[in-house]
Amino acid sequence: MIRDEPLDTDGLAALVARDIPPGSVVNLGIGQPTRVSNHLEPGSGVVLHTENGMLGMGPEAHGDEVDPDLVNAGKVPVTELPGASYFHHADSFAMMRGGHLDICVLGAFQVSAGGDLANWHTGAPDAIPAVGGAMDLAIGARQTFVMMSLLARDGRPKLVPECTYPLTGVGCVSRVYTDRAVFDLTADGVVVRDRFGTSYGELVELLDVALVDRSGS
Amino acid sequence: MVAFLDTAAEAVSVVGDGATVMIGGFGGAGQPVELIEALLESGARDLVVVNNNAGNGDRGLAALIRERRVRKVVCSFPRQRDSHHFDAEYRAGRIELELVAQGNLAERIRAAGAGIGGFFTPTGYGTLLAEGKEVREIDGRHYVLEHPLRADVALVAALAADPMGNLVYRRTARNFGPIMAAAAETTVVQVRELRTLGGIDPEHVVTPGLYVDRVVHVPPRNTAPTGGPAADREEGQ
Repeated sequence: MIRDEPLDTDGLAALVARDIPPGSVVNLGIGQPTRVSNHLEPGSGVVLHTENGMLGMGPEAHGDEVDPDLVNAGKVPVTELPGASYFHHADSFAMMRGGHLDICVLGAFQVSAGGDLANWHTGAPDAIPAVGGAMDLAIGARQTFVMMSLLARDGRPKLVPECTYPLTGVGCVSRVYTDRAVFDLTADGVVVRDRFGTSYGELVELLDVALVDRSGS
Repeated sequence: MVAFLDTAAEAVSVVGDGATVMIGGFGGAGQPVELIEALLESGARDLVVVNNNAGNGDRGLAALIRERRVRKVVCSFPRQRDSHHFDAEYRAGRIELELVAQGNLAERIRAAGAGIGGFFTPTGYGTLLAEGKEVREIDGRHYVLEHPLRADVALVAALAADPMGNLVYRRTARNFGPIMAAAAETTVVQVRELRTLGGIDPEHVVTPGLYVDRVVHVPPRNTAPTGGPAADREEGQ
C-alpha cells in the first residue's frame, strides 16, 4: 500500500487493527498500542488480554463504570466484556510465554533488522530501570508487532542494523508499523510493505538497513 | 488452623525485623493497604519487600519506603509517575533494587509455592537481566535459569474468606494474591467480607485455605486506593 501522507497515530492504530485477524487473542502494550483497541471492528471477536490477569477486557471505564478492582496493565480503569475471565499473574504470563496469545503490539525505542527489540531502558546511568512485562510480552506472543515513529526526536532512525539500547528480547519482532512505512522482518530481509508520504528511495537513504521493496504490490 | 484476628496490627505482628515480605496488588488493585499501614505502625524494619511495583503516592508501600523500613525491593516496575519516595531513596543509595521481568517474578513466586527448585524461561534471554545467569538451549530455543522466590510473610487482600480460610478475589485485584499466599511461610490476608462455612461454593474457591494462616476483616472504606494510571509508561510495559 502506498499513501501520499505520513500516518498519524490513529491512522497507524487503524492499520494495525485491520491486520488483526478476527478471533485473535491480543495483548496491546501501554501507550500508542492501546489505541489499536479503538479501531477493532465490533463483532470481530478479537479478545484482549491484559497481563494483570484478564481476558475479554473492554474499553476504558468512565464515570460510574470505574471500579478500583478492574484495571489494565497501565493501571487505568477498564471494563469487562461478556465472556471475560480472570486469573492470577503466574497464569497470565504462562498463557503468554506458552504461546497462547496470537499477537502482541508493543512500542519501541529501537528495533533491529533481525527483529531484536529495545523498549524498556535507555541505558542512561541515572535512569531507574523498570521492565514490567515487556520482556515476557516480546518473546511470548506468536507474533510481536511494533508500533513506533520511524525516527526518534533527534531525527535518528529507530529501525537499526543493531540495537544500541539494552535489549528487551532477541529476534522477536516480526512486523514494524511506523508513520512512514510498514516493514516485515523476514528471512529474506527487511521488506517494505507499505509507504506513507515517503518514497522507497527516501527510506533507503534514511535507514542503514538493507531493504526489499514490495510496497507497490 | 486459620487464625481470625480482630485488628490488622495483630494480623501483621508475625513480621519481624529483616523479614522478606511479599505484598500483593498491582497498583491499587489488590493492595492490602490496611495490612501495610499496620506493618508501618509495627515498626518492623530492614525488610525485603516483593511487590510488582515500589510504591505509589504516599500511602501503603510508598510510606514504608519513605520511613526507611525497607532495605530491598524485588519488583518489575519501580519507576512510575508517583513513585517519588522510592525514587528518592534509590537515588540516595539507601535502598537496594532487584529488578525482575514481571512474568519471571510471578513464576519465581509460583515456583516457590509449588516446590520447584528453579526453571528455565525464555524471558530475558540475551538481555541485561540475564547477565551472569545459566543459559541452556532446549529444542533450539534459549532459556535462562531462574530461582524460586520465597517469603517469610505474604500480605494479601482478597474479597472474602470462609472459616476454613478459603479465599475468593474480585476481578483484577486477584493478580499476585494466590501465588504469594502459597510462597510464604505465613500468609496474612485482609478480606472485605467474612462468609459462613459453606458460604463460598467450593467450585469457586481460588486460594484454598491451607495456604492461609491469618485473616482480618477490613470492611471497605470510601477512599480511593493508592496507585493511579501510569501515564508516564510511554514505551514497553
